[in-house]
Amino acid sequence: MSGGQLTPPVSAEEHAAGPDEGPVTLVEYGDYECPYCGMAHPIVKAVQRALGDQLRFVFRNFPLAEAHPHARLAAQAAEAAGAQGRFWEMHDMLFENQNALEPADILGYAKSIGLDIARFEQDLEAGTYAKKVRDDFRNGVRSGVNGTPTFFVNGERYDGSWANEEGFIRALRDAARQVVEASA
Amino acid sequence: MAESELDRRAATILPAGTPAPDFALNAAPDKKLRLSELRGRPVILVFYPADWSPVCGDQVALYNEILPEFREYGAELLGISVDSVWCHAAFAKDRKLRFPLLADFEPKGAVARMYGAYRDQGGTSERALFVLDSDGIIRWSYCSPIGVNPGADGILNALELIAGKSTSTKTESFRASATEPTP
Repeated sequence: MSGGQLTPPVSAEEHAAGPDEGPVTLVEYGDYECPYCGMAHPIVKAVQRALGDQLRFVFRNFPLAEAHPHARLAAQAAEAAGAQGRFWEMHDMLFENQNALEPADILGYAKSIGLDIARFEQDLEAGTYAKKVRDDFRNGVRSGVNGTPTFFVNGERYDGSWANEEGFIRALRDAARQVVEASA
Repeated sequence: MAESELDRRAATILPAGTPAPDFALNAAPDKKLRLSELRGRPVILVFYPADWSPVCGDQVALYNEILPEFREYGAELLGISVDSVWCHAAFAKDRKLRFPLLADFEPKGAVARMYGAYRDQGGTSERALFVLDSDGIIRWSYCSPIGVNPGADGILNALELIAGKSTSTKTESFRASATEPTP
């Protein structure tokens, strides 16, 4: 609805890139098969480069599985890779190969990033991370996620444009400045 | 968008506490759906401007995805726009929608007008949400800026509220009926 608030807040167990104590936390609710999330992927990378140590980036799953039949398995694959310490490697693979997300493709990505394949396959077959993905989705709905990707900056839904890289970077730098000034 | 304009629009849609006006609209070329037939369970009315528009597409895709959660509350979801039944049929098929789309087509926007959710400029309905309880009373309503997908958190909060209320009603009627023979 209006002015979504991130619920629950970011915890230590999540997939996060960047320092915990930085001034800005950017959370993305995304879907590996969603073309807009695919477009946002390199923009997020550029934002991470631009903000450096000022930014912590967190990814949560929001698979729109009715529209994207491969999205749920892809999300579970990233989680299963995360259990082996390779979340971001799989995350990048999936976004860079959005049009090839069949089980065989995903298995290929798992091999190429050096996962324990037996364990990975078993996790996917048993649906070990299905609940985690579903929980992310439900929390996203409660937080006011209204499509993919939806971003939250320091817990507030970001309704500005992310497609304009410079504008997105500027908004995040402003958020960082506000935090630094407030604590000064 | 100016706040005052938002306030004005929010003020025009029927507020919580109002009995939901009854209507009958086509859900398919040969099928009419009457709102009062759904009495006994919560109903979510989703007025949206137009099939095929980008924001509406995202909004219905989101609700299609969250449908199981709405159904956990026993709720029915109805989409309503001024598009015709044939347009709705094509849109629903393309997006694999699993809830009915109603055609507020002739007289155009008549139902949207009853709910204060018609937009003269553009000739479509507003992007407005209504959550009705099982007695057909509006328990929550919300009008979103036309270009903003309102998401589903408000709907879920309203359903939760209604479920809390109806649980206590159930307890009361259970107590009341305890003295009477079971039918």
